[in-house]
Amino acid sequence: MSPFLTIRGVSRSFAPTSGGAPTLALQATDLTVAENDFITILGPSGCGKSTLLRIVAGLDHPSSGEVQLAGKRIEGPGADRGMVFQSYTLFPWLTVRDNVCFGLNERGLPRAEQLELAQGFIRKVGLTGFEHHFPKQLSGGMQQRTALARALANGPRMLLMDEPFGALDHQTRELMQELLLGIWEGDEATARKTVMFVTHDIDEAVFMGSRVVVMSARPGRIKLDREVPIPHPRHYSVKTTPAFTELKAELMEQVRTEVLAAQAAMV
Amino acid sequence: MKPLQPVAHGTRVVLGVTFFILFTALWAGVTFGGIVSKTFLADPVQMLRSGWVLLTEMGFAKDIGMTVWRVLGGFALATLAALPLGVAMGAYKPVEAFFEPFVSFARYLPASAFIPLLILWAGIGEAQKLSVIFIGSFFQLVLMIAVVVGNTRRDLVEAAYTLGASDAGIVRRVLIPGAAPEIFEILRMVLGWAWTYVIVAELIGASSGIGHMITDSQALLATDQIIFGIIVIGVIGLVSDLGFKWANRRLFPWALLGR
Repeated sequence: MSPFLTIRGVSRSFAPTSGGAPTLALQATDLTVAENDFITILGPSGCGKSTLLRIVAGLDHPSSGEVQLAGKRIEGPGADRGMVFQSYTLFPWLTVRDNVCFGLNERGLPRAEQLELAQGFIRKVGLTGFEHHFPKQLSGGMQQRTALARALANGPRMLLMDEPFGALDHQTRELMQELLLGIWEGDEATARKTVMFVTHDIDEAVFMGSRVVVMSARPGRIKLDREVPIPHPRHYSVKTTPAFTELKAELMEQVRTEVLAAQAAMV
Repeated sequence: MKPLQPVAHGTRVVLGVTFFILFTALWAGVTFGGIVSKTFLADPVQMLRSGWVLLTEMGFAKDIGMTVWRVLGGFALATLAALPLGVAMGAYKPVEAFFEPFVSFARYLPASAFIPLLILWAGIGEAQKLSVIFIGSFFQLVLMIAVVVGNTRRDLVEAAYTLGASDAGIVRRVLIPGAAPEIFEILRMVLGWAWTYVIVAELIGASSGIGHMITDSQALLATDQIIFGIIVIGVIGLVSDLGFKWANRRLFPWALLGR
C-alpha cells in the first residue's frame, strides 16, 4: 500500500532580505506518513519544522520537491487538511459555535446540520455551555479547544498542528495533550485522523506520537525517525514508564546537540 | 491623578458637563460684564432668544433639514462608492497598486476649492452641494477602508483557507467582518468632516441651509444667529456621533471585549 502522505525532496529557501544568497530553511526532505498515524515532529526553534507543516497545509510552497496526499499533489490549502495554529486564530467576531461552523458553512451545509455537528464537537472538547461566548471571553486553553473543534468538525483527512499548545501554561498544556490524544484514540484504529504535530517539547512529542521525527538545526533536515514503543490508548502515567524515559533520554540528547548547533550558528 | 487610570462613569459625565457650564459661564461673563461689545459677540440669552425666533418665525427648521439632508445624502453616496472600492483595494494588491497613488493625491485636493468649478458644472442646486461632500469624503473613506481591510490578521486568513474557504469566501467572511467595526469608526470620523464641507458649500451660492442662514446673518451683524447656527451644527454632530457609537456597540459587541 502506498503511503497516505508523501513528502518528496521538499526544500524551502527564502529570498534574501537585502542582496546576498537566499536563506535555506529546509533541506530537501523525504518523509512518508501512513494513514491513521500520529506523527510528531520535534526540533529546535527555527529548524524549519513549521515550514514543512505549512507546505503540507498548502500555505507555503516548496522551492523544490512535492507533497502528495493520497496520490494527489498538494497545490494549495484545502479543507481536507485541517490546521491548528500556535497563535489564537479563532475569528473574534464569531461565537464559539459559529467558529466551529465556519468550514461547514463554507461548504454550504444546511444550518440545522451545521449546528448538530458543531454541538457534537463542542461537547467532545468539553466546551458545552460556552457556545455563545466570543473568543475574547475565553482562556487560551479554551480558545485552542475551540480551534481543535473547528478543525475536526470540518471532517479533514489530516490534522496539522503547529505547536498548538505552545502558548499555554504547563498544566493546561498537559490537559490539552490528553484531550487531543483521547479524541484521537476514541476513534477506531482505522478511522483515526492522520495527525502531523509539530512541537519543540520532547515530553509532548513522545507522549502524543506513535512516531517521532527529529529535525536538525537550520537548515532543517530529518535526523532521526523513531517509533514510540508505547501502545495506544495511553494514560498520562506512561510518562514515568521506562520505555518513555528511555526514548525521551535519547531524543533529549539529539535535540540538545541541535539546539547547541543552532546557537553556535547564530554567533 | 495617575496616568491612564480609568475614571468612574458618573464622574466622567459630571466632569464633561462641568466644562460646558464653565464655558457658558465664561461667555456670559464677558458679554454681560460688558468686556466684549454686543456688536461682536451676543450673550447666551440673546442667542437662545433669536434661536427661538429663527425656529418659530423664520423657518430655520427647514434650513436644518436641508443641511442634514445634504450631508447625509452626499455622505451616503460617498460611502456607497467607497466601500466596494476600499474593500477591493485592501483585499487585492494589484487593485490597490492601480488606484492608491491617484486616490492619495486626490484626497489632498481641498473639497471647498472645487466649489467654483462645481457651480459651473452642476449649477447652484442640490447636485453641487452633494458633490462637494462627495469629493470631501470619498477619497478619505477609500484610503482608510483599504488600510483597515489590508491590515487583517494573516493568520486568520490562513486559518480560513485551511477550513476550505475560497478566495471570495476570504473577502466575504474574513476581511469584511473583521474590518467592519473599524470601517464603522471611519464612517463616524469622516461624517464629522462632511459637516464642515456642507457649511462651506452653503456659504457660497445657496438659498437654504444652516450655512446660508449664517451668511445672511453676517450681513446683518447678527452674531446671536450665527452662534446659534454654529451650535446647532455642533449639537447635530454630537448626536450623530453618539448614534454611531451606540450602533457600533450594538452591531459589534465582540469588538469591545477585552479592551
